[in-house]
Amino acid sequence: MTQLQARGVVRAYGPTPALRGVTLDVAEGEIVAVTGPSGCGKSTLLHCLSGILRPDAGEVTWGGHRIDTWSEAARSRLRRTEFGVLFQFGQLVAELTAAENVALPLLLAGTGRREARTAALTWLERFGVIEVADVRPGEMSGGQQQRCATARALVTEPRVLFADEPTGALDTLTGEQVLTQLVRLAREQRTTVVLVTHEPRIAAYADREIVLRDGLVDHTGLGLDVPLAGGAR
Amino acid sequence: MAAVSTPHVLLGLLAGGSRHGYELKRAHDERLPRARPLAFGQVYATLGRLERDGLVAAAGQDRVAGPDRTAYALTDQGRDTLDQWLTTVEPPMPYVASTLFAKVVVALLVADVDRARSYLIAQRAAHAARLRELTAVKADTAATLSDVVAADFAIAHLDADLRWLQTTLGRVADWHREVHP
Ligand SMILES: Nc1ncnc2c1ncn2[C@@H]1O[C@H](COP(=O)(O)OP(=O)(O)O)[C@@H](O)[C@H]1O
Ligand SMILES: [Mg+2]
Repeated sequence: MTQLQARGVVRAYGPTPALRGVTLDVAEGEIVAVTGPSGCGKSTLLHCLSGILRPDAGEVTWGGHRIDTWSEAARSRLRRTEFGVLFQFGQLVAELTAAENVALPLLLAGTGRREARTAALTWLERFGVIEVADVRPGEMSGGQQQRCATARALVTEPRVLFADEPTGALDTLTGEQVLTQLVRLAREQRTTVVLVTHEPRIAAYADREIVLRDGLVDHTGLGLDVPLAGGAR
Repeated sequence: MAAVSTPHVLLGLLAGGSRHGYELKRAHDERLPRARPLAFGQVYATLGRLERDGLVAAAGQDRVAGPDRTAYALTDQGRDTLDQWLTTVEPPMPYVASTLFAKVVVALLVADVDRARSYLIAQRAAHAARLRELTAVKADTAATLSDVVAADFAIAHLDADLRWLQTTLGRVADWHREVHP
């Protein structure tokens, strides 16, 4: 069943077009990779789907509700309760410990302190970083930080996880370990995942690949600036 | 390395017109610089088998007879066999890289950009599908470390080929112009 939908989504930054009419459907529980060359609009699409950015034209619907027309406050509440967002550089709060970082989304959603901490510890354990629970990000390795950020993105058990190059800053082995665990847990709790990546081996974790090219979905699946018929240019 | 199919490469090199064995050897070594240079004996043995199978035919002899004096030409059956090879996607496995390369080179020589591109697109899809399968093997909670390490090995090689396929797709039009100035 379709859970997330974009219909003709257009977005520009001043004179620079980033999305030129993107249409796509994501089913509930599906893990979808969004790929394509740098600058093709992947991050902008992720921001539009998750309600961080508002499209200039077109529609974004979630569970059949059109969310692009919602107020900033309503969209931000949706992100806190139903969505999880994960970026390339975890963006942990530097002043807080790992456990406090992971507990934060729960506290913002009104969960009690004790319960939030227990859940945070459970999720740190799941990502194999329980030992840094009381450590601040500045004293953790990149891999530990990204594991904490992933735990933070999943702690609310969101319906959809949006991840933008989540392993882009990690070495191959660490990246794969984080992603394997992320995908495993997402499948367990039937969280839909929209995974932005430019790497084929990361996209291979998804059920399906959506390729963008110049701000449009490329149905040839190639993401290349080549004419598909008609011989040499 | 899995061997590149020399008979098919020779058929491809004959697609542009008849050639002597020594010309074929020279063209082969020039077009596929990473492959092992062909021995003359191998060229003549291969041509002999191709002739027996009706894929090539002697196309005239110089005054002094002998295998090294014979020019060979592609038969219709040989052209069909070549065509078939160029349309067949290779099983996506580690170590097919040299065959992928040979196929694209031959496709560019004998056909147009679209032919080479269709092949690359189909091969890329096959590789990506296999990459997903191997990734699923690794992600399975029942996977042992032996499974994971074996899958890693295949993934690393397929990933390299996949990058090459993707980059070559971006270059194929320019490359064709270079090969057919
Ligand atoms: N904040 C911004 N201001 C101006 N241009 C931007 C901004 N963010 C992205 N862009 C431009 O929009 C296009 C799409 O960018 P982006 O969505 O980041 O692509 P990707 O994530 O695929 O690399 C690019 O041309 C990029 O330069
Ligand atoms: Mg980006």
